[in-house]
Amino acid sequence: MSKKLTLYKYLFWLLPFGVALGMGAVIVALAGGSPGQVASSLLGGAFGTIDQMARVAATLTALVIVTSGLAYASSAGIYNLGIEGQITLGAIATTFALRSLQELIPAPLTIALALVAGIIGGTLWGLLAGSLNVFGRVSEIFAGLGLNFVAQGLALYLVFGPWKRPGVASMSGTEQFDQSLWLPTLGRTEFSPIAISLAAISLAMTIVLLQRSYFGLELKAVGKNLRAAHTLGVAAEQKLLAAFALCGGFAGLVGALQVLAVFHRLIPSISSNLGFIGLLVVMLTGDALWAILPVATFFSALNVGSLQLPLALNLESSLAGVMQGSLVLFVLLARGWTKPDPGVNL
Amino acid sequence: MNIVQILMAVVTSSTPLVFACLGEMITEQAGVINLAAEGTILMAAMTGFGVAKGTDSVLLGFGAAAAVGAAIALVLAFGSITLKQSQVAIGFVLTMLCADLSSFLGNSLVRIAGPTVPNWPLPGLQHLPWLGPILFQSNLLVYLSYLMILGSWFYVYYTPWGLMLRALGEQPAAAFARGANVVWQRYFYTVLGGALLGIAGAAFSLDFKAGWSHRHTAGYGWIALAIVIFGGWRPLRIAGGVYLFGLLQSLAIAGQSLLPNLPTQVLTVAPFAFMIVFLLLTSGTWFEGLPAPWRAIAQQLLQVKPPAALGKNFNPD
Repeated sequence: MSKKLTLYKYLFWLLPFGVALGMGAVIVALAGGSPGQVASSLLGGAFGTIDQMARVAATLTALVIVTSGLAYASSAGIYNLGIEGQITLGAIATTFALRSLQELIPAPLTIALALVAGIIGGTLWGLLAGSLNVFGRVSEIFAGLGLNFVAQGLALYLVFGPWKRPGVASMSGTEQFDQSLWLPTLGRTEFSPIAISLAAISLAMTIVLLQRSYFGLELKAVGKNLRAAHTLGVAAEQKLLAAFALCGGFAGLVGALQVLAVFHRLIPSISSNLGFIGLLVVMLTGDALWAILPVATFFSALNVGSLQLPLALNLESSLAGVMQGSLVLFVLLARGWTKPDPGVNL
Repeated sequence: MNIVQILMAVVTSSTPLVFACLGEMITEQAGVINLAAEGTILMAAMTGFGVAKGTDSVLLGFGAAAAVGAAIALVLAFGSITLKQSQVAIGFVLTMLCADLSSFLGNSLVRIAGPTVPNWPLPGLQHLPWLGPILFQSNLLVYLSYLMILGSWFYVYYTPWGLMLRALGEQPAAAFARGANVVWQRYFYTVLGGALLGIAGAAFSLDFKAGWSHRHTAGYGWIALAIVIFGGWRPLRIAGGVYLFGLLQSLAIAGQSLLPNLPTQVLTVAPFAFMIVFLLLTSGTWFEGLPAPWRAIAQQLLQVKPPAALGKNFNPD
């Protein structure tokens, strides 16, 4: 690689980053805030105290796992917009397992089985979207979005119906689980060594499978050209279903962690938008899986840091989403400037 | 509630979606899928309400909302048509970005009173038995939506421009060979569809769900995309889908008293889920196994075919 090309590559990343930051500053000014104050408030909100750093780590954990799953789908050329529903179903399955097992077997075993239940729940919901896509010829985008609504309805039904807190049913969720059923964390922070290890394993497994295995090669063949891959003897339908299932499984694991390590109960918006943020991460990193880590770290810090904005500066925390969105948008546009994409098949 | 009242509510509550779905349809018929619909409606609803409140002019509010919708669509068109990026990716990012932007910029507008579209019963027609109260006792926006349905149907099927529009989405290469400027026409229809999505947003914040709150119109953009498929990219059928969705929502509200054990929140997402079942029915090939007469009927009623080039970027070389 020539020196000029390397420089070009850095510019490719830095320019959209700069433009997105600039746009963030303009928008803050439009809303009557001071960009400098916002920047220091974001930094302080993300890294000011040990608790906040632990929360960034917890968000990063979930984001890395969900993004690992999405990498399979995006390799196979799938836009898995059903990811939010898959997280929700994982959370529901985990809550179900905890509720049914908590008085029967020891707590550590219950937690382990609840994690597995979450993975199974997400996998099944992913496979459902996959079957609609592969066998029912429904576009994966609409199958996924539709199933998100169904999952949301199911969670609402459970929280307000059969699993409601004794006496009051409310958006604040089901009754909190006993502390013995929480995933252990360091001190009183949200930092969970188990969750971090699961994220590391997820990312490593994904990098090996997608970049060092025959399965990954076949998945990419399906993603590049479905018909050609089929003609060359790749079992395309099976590969697509596998991508949906794997993606759903990782999403389910995130749902399980949201219940076991973050909220300790089922709430209607249990996914915290992590699935859609993960989609943005994948769009940004593309095939460069190693980049998931820095990008997810940046997004986690942004999201956690922005929670300070309403308290400190009376600004909306959705600024984080605005900056994430504009960054990804400008990267996509910059990518179009350098290498055109042939388009997708719906 | 009697039947006339329910149907009246269906018509008024469906009006924003009529604009949204027809806008999305026009864009998709030209071969571009505008996945930014959800974010566009939110952003336009916030802008429309803010401008109408600030200038005390409902009309300026609608104008600003249409401009915002057109501007968002222009970004999509530039990214996908000119820069050849995936329409799905750009549209999705725009939806995420605009949804959050509407929350951030609209923070000071939350739950305050503002202007609304004034009521204006149509002279004469409002006294028609049944039809009068259902269709002609609301406001100009609602009447405009009827004209939109009929107008877009006529435009698509009975004008040379409509023929060209369908060619853009079915056979862009053939349209190009016939001398059409595929790139600019796709730009035009994407921006026009975006403006209609913007009007839909203002129709929420200035009429049907007057006011603004965070995620005020959440979900309607996605449902608009689903109804366009349900309607098979045909204007009259799409209008039917919109009113069916409105009916389901009204029935869900009316059903609350009948099913007291079911939480309200479940009923509000039920129509969305129902739409998906319908999508499955319309997208599959399951009816090929039916006996002959039923198969023909099922195909006529259910089978829909998207524009062949939908979502694919066009390369004139």
